[in-house]
Amino acid sequence: MIKMLINNLEVQAEEGYTILDTCKFYGLEIPTICHNDGLSNYGACRLCLVEIGEGTNTKMVSSCTYPAQEGLVVHTDTRRVLETRKMMIELMLSTAPGSKILQDMAAKMGVKQQRFELRNEECMYCGLCVRICAEQMDARAIGFQNRGYQRKISTPFDVKSKECRLCGACMYICPACQLRCQGPDAETAICSGCLDMDPTCVDVYDELQCWMYDAGECGTCIRKPSEVADDIEEPKEKNA
Amino acid sequence: MHNDPSEFEAIIERHSSEKQYLIPILQDIQSQFNYLPPVALATVSKQLDIPMIDIISVASFYNAFSLTPRGEHVVTVCMGTACHVRGGPKILEEFERRLKVPAGGTTENKQFTLETVACLGCCAIGPVVVVDGDYYAQQTIGKVESVLKKYASKEKNNGKPREN
Amino acid sequence: MASHAKINSAEELKKTVDHHTALRAADDRVTLTVSAGTCGQARGSLDVIASLENAIQEKGLQEKVRVKVTGCHGFCEAEPNIIIQPQDLFYQHVTTKDAEAIIQETVLKDQAVETLLYKDPVNGQTASKESEIPFYTKQNRLVLGDNALIDPTDIREYFSIGGYLSLAKSLSDMTPEDVIETITASGLRGRGGAGFPTGKKWDFTRKSKGDVKYIICNADEGDPGAYMDRSLLEGNPHRMLEGMIIGGYAIGASEGYVYIREEYPLALKNITRAVEQAHEAGLLGENILGSGFSFNVKVYKGAGAFVCGEETALMQSIEGKVGVPRQRPPFPAVKGLWKKPTNINNVETWANVPLILDRGSDWYAQIGTESSKGTKIFSLVGKINNTGLVEVPMGITLREIIYDIGGGIPDGREFKAVQTGGPSGGCLPKEKLDLPIDYQSLMQAGSIMGSGGMIVMDDKTCMVDVAKYFLNFLRDESCGKCLSCREGTQRMWEIVRNITEGQGKEGDLVLLETLAHAVKDASMCGLGQTAANPVLSTLRYFNDEYLAHIKDKKCPAGVCKDLVEYFIIPDKCTGCMVCARVCPQDAITGEKQQVHILDQEKCIKCGACYEACKFDAILVE
Repeated sequence: MIKMLINNLEVQAEEGYTILDTCKFYGLEIPTICHNDGLSNYGACRLCLVEIGEGTNTKMVSSCTYPAQEGLVVHTDTRRVLETRKMMIELMLSTAPGSKILQDMAAKMGVKQQRFELRNEECMYCGLCVRICAEQMDARAIGFQNRGYQRKISTPFDVKSKECRLCGACMYICPACQLRCQGPDAETAICSGCLDMDPTCVDVYDELQCWMYDAGECGTCIRKPSEVADDIEEPKEKNA
Repeated sequence: MHNDPSEFEAIIERHSSEKQYLIPILQDIQSQFNYLPPVALATVSKQLDIPMIDIISVASFYNAFSLTPRGEHVVTVCMGTACHVRGGPKILEEFERRLKVPAGGTTENKQFTLETVACLGCCAIGPVVVVDGDYYAQQTIGKVESVLKKYASKEKNNGKPREN
Repeated sequence: MASHAKINSAEELKKTVDHHTALRAADDRVTLTVSAGTCGQARGSLDVIASLENAIQEKGLQEKVRVKVTGCHGFCEAEPNIIIQPQDLFYQHVTTKDAEAIIQETVLKDQAVETLLYKDPVNGQTASKESEIPFYTKQNRLVLGDNALIDPTDIREYFSIGGYLSLAKSLSDMTPEDVIETITASGLRGRGGAGFPTGKKWDFTRKSKGDVKYIICNADEGDPGAYMDRSLLEGNPHRMLEGMIIGGYAIGASEGYVYIREEYPLALKNITRAVEQAHEAGLLGENILGSGFSFNVKVYKGAGAFVCGEETALMQSIEGKVGVPRQRPPFPAVKGLWKKPTNINNVETWANVPLILDRGSDWYAQIGTESSKGTKIFSLVGKINNTGLVEVPMGITLREIIYDIGGGIPDGREFKAVQTGGPSGGCLPKEKLDLPIDYQSLMQAGSIMGSGGMIVMDDKTCMVDVAKYFLNFLRDESCGKCLSCREGTQRMWEIVRNITEGQGKEGDLVLLETLAHAVKDASMCGLGQTAANPVLSTLRYFNDEYLAHIKDKKCPAGVCKDLVEYFIIPDKCTGCMVCARVCPQDAITGEKQQVHILDQEKCIKCGACYEACKFDAILVE
């Protein structure tokens, strides 16, 4: 067993554990997008950053790829960690503004607005789709191409791939393709309205993808939980 | 165009069909055909037993490779820091204007491909332009036309570098 | 023939070296040493060599005069240059037309050709010898100096200056541990970027468990503005190779790789040849010099990706994969190339190794500062009079390099900044000119040593534009895996681009700085962790310039196209029509000998008129 300190707490990790594995084992919540237990560790989204080291000699590492090591000192909730995570989620939202998963995560971290020019690519290049296609479906139909800001995920020559069996795993795992959300405010706002949303509206949500024609037809997601509770008490009046 | 796998098989044989030789093999194909023809990639994929998508990932990651045919002459404008502070971007703009293609593009008549390079390490003689391996030192906007003329008229200069 | 028969023992090597050293000493021919690195060739040195040889032939002087073709001597500004011995003359900017005069005057009559002598751009004084030129006097060319002495294509030339003796010494008189101890004691630190102590690195890999170990020479010198590694590989490839073989012995590696960028065709050719020659001479291969140590080197050509200068990305690339850096730990010393313990150093680091073993660690450690030992080669480029490679002891100040060696800023302009460390480094202002340069001091000032690029900027350089330039470079060269680096450099570039286009808003600088810190903190590899340095250092030292762009919508240096206009100064315009002719937009009109008029509507600010005007009558503001 490996002994280390996480948030001043003495913990033990098994050989081969990452910092993230260890945190999860002890019930410490660490936000992440690109990590999935069924897939290889990747370290692309940088949300699961933690600070390691002591005193002035600390650095930030992605907990999903950094191995647990004897004597390691880890902090998961320093100001530096939280502020950097906020910037990461803001960057992600700027290219995938419609992702409910990202929006909820951002709202939870206290991000209210994203400040960058929107690029509606609906992708944050987390690579979950690439990995599920290769590792779980054994298809290798899609992959990363180019580099830097031109990096993209596609099939060879951008045409239908022979290897693709249309299994849909890539769409299933994508944090941006599902549950599109376009809140009632400006495009760049992170409304946090549906963070505590009662799941009763999911039927409507699926059908309309929550485009909410005149903003508020359903309304569950833009009202405060207390108001939602009122609705539940008097559902008939609302529907009448 | 290049649809015969045997052409590429010969290149692969020069190395070995081990996965680690992917990049040298692609380099050889690129230098012989001036781009990576789709059939070449399919042949390499089969012979080296590497999924096509991984080959495309490599081919699109490195600057040396091009997935579309390049022009007869490749004009490379150095974008190094030293060239930059000495006016490199203005030279590039002039090439773009004269060739009517953006950096990275190939002219319609397939005569020229205009490329940029991060640094050629000839910082003392910048701004530097290289055409088909010939170095042109201390370029100015005014010299661009004459450099292009040399190649447009297909005049050969024996592959020797020369000062301009 | 440049090859050499197999040498079977350290004794035999010593004899070979003695033989060639004696031959060199006994050669009393007049020697014309011509520099012919890539820059020299681009300036026509090959033609100069051909015409010199012609002239020698015509005069029937083949027995008395020889032309020696070497790599780059480092004084790039003077290319092509010739050193003539025994007259000890230095000629610069030689052209084919001068060949005749050189033979006639200097070789036959022992007289200097005045027009070819070096003239100081500052005080106009002439210098006839290399040693009299200020560019050379403050340098300590321990590593680079040999470039001027040898023909890099011939291993015997390297023998003639004592080549491979350090290898023989290591193999016959020292244990691998002794070698590592010597390197550790010398204080040598990596010359490629972060400056990790070399001996310590070797020791890690030596102690790492593994049946097979590798060493790598990182010759993927990607920092724009740095070219000392190219020069060393072009001009003295055996020296780097000797360092590698010694390293292989010390670490216990059986195989080495030289990973060289494809943009350096001549360096690639010369190192490939050097490896072949070393093999033939028995300095590579099985049982080297009868010591029982076997070692081979492969040369691997890069495919054009800056990120492959990062050691783990480089290993990915050798393995035939996309150059995406790997998570560390495990460190390369434990799991490197093909998951085997691997040690990687850059060209300049390896080239220092034979020197340290030859002269001893004590001697080496007395050069430099407390924390940084030895010399460092810098490439002094940009707005500087004496462009070139300068090798100086650590601890020298920026002012000494820029003014004493570099001869200051051309055209009497004012120094504004010097950029060190490439895209991972930063821009240092006037106030930092007296900074003694070593790893620590540069880091504290917000820059890094990097591989040693030193780009000098004058008042006509816009620092916001420089930040934009590096961000544009990085957003393309980032491998794109980490969100922080890929999206972070892209977004920083967008903000800075908007500022240079006059679209800057209040709050931009705060966002830029916050983002820059986040990119630095959140990225995995060295590229991302340092990607914000050009922004942070310019924000720190040149905040005014950013504000001028944002608030006044002005580019003080007159660089940012959208914020400047071109004007014709009536008093200076002579009506020569040159600007009107070169204008691609026909935006300039006017009669001969009349003041011309520039139509702002049509002007695309290409700069052609500014460049063409001989009377400084074009104003950019």
